[in-house]
Amino acid sequence: MSNPVNLTINGTAVQAPAGMLLIDAAKLAGIEIPAFCYYEGMSLQAACRMCLVEIEKAPKLMAACVVPVAEGMVVKTESEPVVKARKTTLEFLLTNHPLDCPVCDKGGECELQDMVFRYGAGESRFTEVKHHVPEKQWSPVVFYDGPRCILCYRCVRVCNEGMGVGALGIVNRGVVSEIAPSHGDHLECDECGACIDICPVGALTSGAYRYKTRPWEMEHTGTICTHCSNGCKTTLGVRNGEIVRGNNRDRSGINGEFLCVKGRYAFDFNHHPERLQSPMMRVDGKLEEVSWSKALQTIAAKFKAIRDGSGRVGVIGSARMTNEEAFLLQKFARTVFGTNNIDHQRSGDVVTLLDALSGKTGTLGSTADCYNSQAVLVLGTDLSQQHPFLANQVRANFRHHKASVYAVTAGPVREDKIAKASLRAAGDGLAELESLKTKLQAEKELLVLFGDSVKGESVRKLVAFGESLGIPVKYIALVDYVNSRGVMDMGLLPDLGPGYHAAEGPAGMTLPQMLVADDLDMLWIAGADVKVDHPDAFVVVQDLFLTGAAQKADVVLPAASAYEKNGTVTNVCGEVQRLKKAAETVGAKSDLAIIGLIARGMGVDLGKVDADAVFAEIQKTVRGYNVPLPVIVTGGAAQTQPVNGRVPANVLPELIQSARDTLFTTGSLTRYSKVLNEVREAPGGLYR
Amino acid sequence: MQVKLYNPPSPLETRVISKRFGTPDSWRVDTYLATGGFEAFKKVHEMSQDQIIDEVKASSLRGRGGAGFPTGMKWGFVPRQSELPKYIVVNADESEPGTCKDRLLMEHDPIQMIEGILIAAKAVGASKGWIYIRGEYRYLIDHMDSVLKECYARNLLGKNILGTGFDFELYTQTGAGAYECGEESALLESLEGKRGVPRIRPPFPAVSGAFQAPTVLNNVETFSAVPEIIRNGAKWYADLGTPRNGGTRLVCLAGHVERPGVYEVPLGMNMLYFLNEIGGGMLGGRKLKAIIPGGSSCPILSAEECDLAMDYDTMAKAGTMLGSGGMMVMDETTDMVKVALRIMRFYNHESCGWCIPCREGTTWLRKMLARIVDGNGSARDIDLVGDLASAMLGRTFCPLGDAAALPTISVVKKFRPEFEAYVAKNPFATSELVQVA
Repeated sequence: MSNPVNLTINGTAVQAPAGMLLIDAAKLAGIEIPAFCYYEGMSLQAACRMCLVEIEKAPKLMAACVVPVAEGMVVKTESEPVVKARKTTLEFLLTNHPLDCPVCDKGGECELQDMVFRYGAGESRFTEVKHHVPEKQWSPVVFYDGPRCILCYRCVRVCNEGMGVGALGIVNRGVVSEIAPSHGDHLECDECGACIDICPVGALTSGAYRYKTRPWEMEHTGTICTHCSNGCKTTLGVRNGEIVRGNNRDRSGINGEFLCVKGRYAFDFNHHPERLQSPMMRVDGKLEEVSWSKALQTIAAKFKAIRDGSGRVGVIGSARMTNEEAFLLQKFARTVFGTNNIDHQRSGDVVTLLDALSGKTGTLGSTADCYNSQAVLVLGTDLSQQHPFLANQVRANFRHHKASVYAVTAGPVREDKIAKASLRAAGDGLAELESLKTKLQAEKELLVLFGDSVKGESVRKLVAFGESLGIPVKYIALVDYVNSRGVMDMGLLPDLGPGYHAAEGPAGMTLPQMLVADDLDMLWIAGADVKVDHPDAFVVVQDLFLTGAAQKADVVLPAASAYEKNGTVTNVCGEVQRLKKAAETVGAKSDLAIIGLIARGMGVDLGKVDADAVFAEIQKTVRGYNVPLPVIVTGGAAQTQPVNGRVPANVLPELIQSARDTLFTTGSLTRYSKVLNEVREAPGGLYR
Repeated sequence: MQVKLYNPPSPLETRVISKRFGTPDSWRVDTYLATGGFEAFKKVHEMSQDQIIDEVKASSLRGRGGAGFPTGMKWGFVPRQSELPKYIVVNADESEPGTCKDRLLMEHDPIQMIEGILIAAKAVGASKGWIYIRGEYRYLIDHMDSVLKECYARNLLGKNILGTGFDFELYTQTGAGAYECGEESALLESLEGKRGVPRIRPPFPAVSGAFQAPTVLNNVETFSAVPEIIRNGAKWYADLGTPRNGGTRLVCLAGHVERPGVYEVPLGMNMLYFLNEIGGGMLGGRKLKAIIPGGSSCPILSAEECDLAMDYDTMAKAGTMLGSGGMMVMDETTDMVKVALRIMRFYNHESCGWCIPCREGTTWLRKMLARIVDGNGSARDIDLVGDLASAMLGRTFCPLGDAAALPTISVVKKFRPEFEAYVAKNPFATSELVQVA
């Protein structure tokens, strides 16, 4: 500890770093000083007056949240005047706060309840008439109950400082003050729900979660959000097998308390009524429900025949599969069918980036780098829309460390507001980037996040540009979905195997090629909604819903969603994290189980087919994945170290195409999420 | 603007800053220059910054807005070196109930205040300033704008003032009807276009004020006193009053008196002497009951306590304040319970709502006092009023909470029988139905 300050709190000697606030120093010593408006990471307020403590030589009680520690300070946090002050402050708060506990969603996890229980009076002396205003709905997701609001302004600050959106403000004065939404009577914002989670009481509640349950009736499972590639931890609250809410209040994972609307609310696709719950087979031209055994028998027999007859096989995977599933799928295709016709919809040119960075160390960025790097360049991507967590990190970097942010993008982006320089650029933006060279050279270091407009040769040119700056440069090739990066690491590619080794034998067909091939005997699609037009092939589709591809299939298998299986996923920065099964849809099986069952039906030995066993194999055999298991198992994120050398593949740029999702879309899952559809149709639509 | 005589002056006044009140065209540049105006400004150009500040310190001029902080000391807090420009801000928010002196200074002798601003600017190194005028003084903003226009035209503001090489830009800024914006940090927030909510202090405005830059923020009357201090000397000014309470101040006498009005008297004049000799005594010869000495934020004085000198230290020792000079005199016909309610209604309405004790406390107290006045009070309510007011004291984010609590506590303490009389009129006062725990 540099410059330690010695002070005494409640008679105990405490040492704290100089400049630390008294409320934090007390926490170091295990002493809780209650507070509503003080919140770590946000601006100070000293508004609620709950943290008043007695400091020797001070004329009156001081708010611990704005007093820095001083040498020799003597503090009392439980003396009679302090206890009395807390009690009366809570009594004041309860004069207008309605006793809604029986009907309030927050009951059971309410900070006001906790505080009154710990510090408050048992009865109130207030006998006047309370001031009441009706509850308001500001958006499909956000409800505001004025009487319950304790005016701690956490929501205003988290929206303004934390999310950079500023959709909440305060109107009126005095006791009739209220939190107000950006458009008078409704919100036009990201609908991220950060305000709802941060509210200490039930003033802001979620429309998606209302009246569904009590907190203690839920089982909470921490897993990784299945939407974008940032890999946020989302803690799903499950009641009787149904996911009723998602948040990250325990700050586990790489994202702290951050979640966007998708991570918090868009789990509702999981129990959409159209979820497939039974395998289907084409009988007389129509798909009919059949049992699992019938479906598997048919598939196994057909696959065996095709293998034995050396038929032409196509395998298409999905960026939402786990590492284990991708690994096993490509292993199946390669060892059982001896084919390299394996691919998936690629959304970022990771392969060319790795090749261009061959021989260099420390050149791949992590999510922590987004927060710590002195300078950040956002190139060819609308970061706030497609990668909300990374955008949040960059924003916090700017707010806390005054980082230099640069934006070179096709259209205006939110980063323009905090950017040192921002340019509009069509195409890959490299020409426009040249004009920023002098500014960038003056930075200490740089982190470059680039989207799919930089691919193929442009990636090499970008790396060359980075070299020319003469400062340390790190790169992140942005990809779309939860495991877009992972499935590439696992070799779900026609020319590369796991760990970016060259695949054995000649390179296989790419995805576009497979889709137009008219000589395939079999097409196996796992979780990808592609255009199937293969009347002569035996088409097997495993997916959550009866997608367009499934409608053309010969056999359809109901697959489990990401929230219903175990396994690992690797985020856009190469951090591998564990998925934990939170719910279950009767009749569906995970892709991993399906692959294993098909293998068994064919009499093929793929080894033990469960997530842990397959991950153990990945750790041993996939270059860069020998990460410490305890980190993963305990819910942490482990940084993988992909190849540092030439990657023997030439990526055609047309193979890379991002879905360019927004905050309110998530590829093919969008239409199944009620919340996402509601917020898209709400007044104002997508807030830009 | 047509000048109305504010009230007939008293021969017993000591008119230092109000000496031009009532003279024709008193607010015009020519009048000001012909009566010693800008002599002080020229004088300070021969003085160093330290000398100017020392002179103001020696005069023992204290803030006339209410808090009474030594002005020279406040100016001394402004850092000499600063990356950011320095500013002067005039607190013309005058919202303390009972106070009506700043408006007269701006109506009748605004250039005196401007000269004071310029001297302060010279002392700390500022080159821009704002006069924050409360929104309710709509007419005054137009008036001040035309005064500023004339000053600019006559080279008393702007570049190279009177050939001294000193530049200063001065603007008016309107408030929007909030008492809390008279609190210095809330005023600065409002000046910057934000909600009128006070700031966390420290840092204080002298170090981080308007737009986070060092700012001297003083009351209209405080700035108005500065030119005469420089012209006639600090000692002359200090000697007009009492030790550590130098000079004169404008007292706004209101209520049950024969000659209500604004009068300038030296600090230390006896309150009863002032009331009787200058104020003409009680209206209709009735008996004095209570005086609120310096604006409604001050604890009330009962009749027996009013025989004291009107200066900051004496009043503080007597458990009240000299405050903003808003002296409200109440005779025996005054209902003190209604006085308590009226005061609490004001503070509840004006509470900015930032902190819990003031926001909820003033509301609870107002509702309770209203209930007592309506005739539905009970015995325990009287103690509860004192209890709640004490619970607010010293716990709020800014002194508004204290300003609401202190007078209430004093009224209940000194006039308790009147509260008990209200409760006695309530047939259900001691009934089980009303008592809750």
